Amino acid sequence: MTGVDQPWPTRGPSRRRLLQATGALGAASLGAGALAGCGSAAGSAPVELVFWSWAPGIEDVVALWNQQNPDVQVLVSRQDAGDAAVTKLLTAVRAGNGAPDLVQAEYQTITSLVAADAIADISAELDPATPDHFAAGIWSAVGVGDGAVYAIPQDTGPLQLYYRADIFEELGLSAPTTWEEYAEAARVVHEADPSMYLGTFSSSDAGLFVGLAQQAGASWWGIEGDRWKVEIDAEPTRRVAEFWGGLVEEGVIAAEPMYTPQWNAALNAGTQIGWVSAAWAPGVLAGNAGSTAGAWRMASIPQWEPGGTATGNWGGSSTAVVVDGDHQAEAVRFAEWMNTSAEGVLALVELSGIFPADQPHAEAALAQPPEFFAEQEDFYELSTANAEGVQPFVFGPNVNVAYALFGDAFATATRAGTAAAFGDAVAEVHAGTVADLENQGYHLA
Amino acid sequence: MSATTSATTSSLRRRTDRFGYLFIAPAALCFLAFLAIPILYALYVSFRREQVVGLGLGEGGRTEVWAGLRNYADVLADSEFLASAGRVLVYGLVLVPVMLGLALLFALLLDSKRARLRRIARITIFLPYAVPAVISSLLWGFLYLPGTSPFHYLADAAGGSLPDVLTPQLVLLAIANIGIWGGTGFNMVVLYTSLRSIPSELYEAATLDGCSELQTALRVKVPMILPSLIMTGVFSIIATLQVFAEPMLLRPLTNSISSTWSPLMRIYRDAFVENNIYLASAGSVLVALATFVISFGFLRLVRGQAFAQEER
Repeated sequence: MTGVDQPWPTRGPSRRRLLQATGALGAASLGAGALAGCGSAAGSAPVELVFWSWAPGIEDVVALWNQQNPDVQVLVSRQDAGDAAVTKLLTAVRAGNGAPDLVQAEYQTITSLVAADAIADISAELDPATPDHFAAGIWSAVGVGDGAVYAIPQDTGPLQLYYRADIFEELGLSAPTTWEEYAEAARVVHEADPSMYLGTFSSSDAGLFVGLAQQAGASWWGIEGDRWKVEIDAEPTRRVAEFWGGLVEEGVIAAEPMYTPQWNAALNAGTQIGWVSAAWAPGVLAGNAGSTAGAWRMASIPQWEPGGTATGNWGGSSTAVVVDGDHQAEAVRFAEWMNTSAEGVLALVELSGIFPADQPHAEAALAQPPEFFAEQEDFYELSTANAEGVQPFVFGPNVNVAYALFGDAFATATRAGTAAAFGDAVAEVHAGTVADLENQGYHLA
Repeated sequence: MSATTSATTSSLRRRTDRFGYLFIAPAALCFLAFLAIPILYALYVSFRREQVVGLGLGEGGRTEVWAGLRNYADVLADSEFLASAGRVLVYGLVLVPVMLGLALLFALLLDSKRARLRRIARITIFLPYAVPAVISSLLWGFLYLPGTSPFHYLADAAGGSLPDVLTPQLVLLAIANIGIWGGTGFNMVVLYTSLRSIPSELYEAATLDGCSELQTALRVKVPMILPSLIMTGVFSIIATLQVFAEPMLLRPLTNSISSTWSPLMRIYRDAFVENNIYLASAGSVLVALATFVISFGFLRLVRGQAFAQEER
């Protein structure tokens, strides 16, 4: 990993492979290239890459690249986050025009995008050192099947626990280290003030629940030979669902969705005093609960096994290269620069406020704690340690369906408000996910 | 028309016909490109589906095949789809009578002789219609959530409490309320305009016959504007079947609205969340058919009433 500290030498082999790839492309594309060359009087015109992203401040990060690479100019096209961007990309790819060269892709959408033949296997263009930049759990999320690589990780969201240190102190509590302690703390908090909760179970955030299941050892999908298998209704996920269902049944945590004006108001008013969330939470808290700055602390997520270090991932995204682009090698080069070079990672942290997936450069880039946690000096040190504990998890080709099922099934379960209903909801999500795959024509293992 | 002039008339007509086609060409082209062809394509897509091969990954992982009526069968066999249709039916039964009733009431009040501040009142009632449904749904969402609602705050301060309208029992009324708030003004303006076009002789005759103002309203005005009432009724029914923005925007705020609360929400989920445009097209065709059947059924039902005067 020593060579990684200097980003530029690694470009050598990648450029050589680029030439080889161009040679292998065949007469047709070479002819087209030559014709394009004839058209421009100044010799070779710069390559233009279109990049779809929704990360804040990404334009400034890209501007750095454009300054240094006059021959490869990247154009940012700002998109809506999440499902909207996926749908738009699939539509553009299907239509055969309007698709960008690069896209920001959330980890859970990668398999779906590969299934729709929208993003390309870039393993042939990849720098050999690139995989070593990332934790194994994250790297496994950008590859599907054997040896194929479909994206370069950008940021991650290791789950950790955020809590109001001032209120914890008042109540004589310390940060819970196991889920049992979490439940106990939730009871103490709610007993001290019936309007106060240590957390909420949100039926609208499938991603968080999946992260919690991931921590418990679940992997909702898997590949066996050339068949998919679904393992949602299994012990780890049930354990997580019934734990939260039990807390809802007891009434010691709230049962309302997150990211609502009401939830924001509760964070500000100090009636929601804890949040199991990802490393990107400081930005959200600063935006939604600005009046509580300085009162929050972050701790590692409570464990199922005392002394464990496991966690899950919530959100985070990668940079993928779209199929059928004319400049895939250049696109990979840009994606590698942005996500694995010291300069790119620093720019992403400073200008876009992300928690980088890259490990070698993270420490330097994350020297200062986020503003909202200015008093917690070890914020990023701890987050980085937490990220090491992200458990492996395979996302299948119909994550979107499973997440939609989750929303409806767990909304019903939350209204019922019993641990048993939460268990039933797991079975419902499992059954619906399997039915959808079979309906699409998959033969399941 | 006499026989001698018919020859010249027909050649003239042929020439004007040609010009006529030229004049409607832009509209016809737009109609073809943006309405007819997409509708036909949606019909075609609704009979197709994707078939997966192996792991379904990468190029050749899936192929489009003929599906026959399978998508339609899937939509109709889904109890959630029928449930969503049922919800929208109840929603319509609440929304249309209340909204049109209020619109008619306001129109008649504005039209009455004793009305003051007519222009300001008219604009005030119309104003909510100018607020896009997305924004009004967000605003009402704030007002509904007990944690942010000033009504709940005031009720608490007064020592009482208000029911949470975002519970499964009341959420339909909460959604209908947004529609009523937004739609009453528009319908009121339509009805008021047609009230203004009633010839004043009728009022004089009614007054001479000793009609009170209330009697004039019920016996003269309402029958005279019945065609407008029916037209607003048809439009309201169509809008009801297509309710989407309000429940879609309230959904993240509560556990009470599923992703398939209304038929259009289900179609949206199929197409844009689950990327199944085939199933979504079948659903769209069914909703369009239902809209046709219900709108024309309603027109047929009231035709005798509405156009009786004209036919007489």
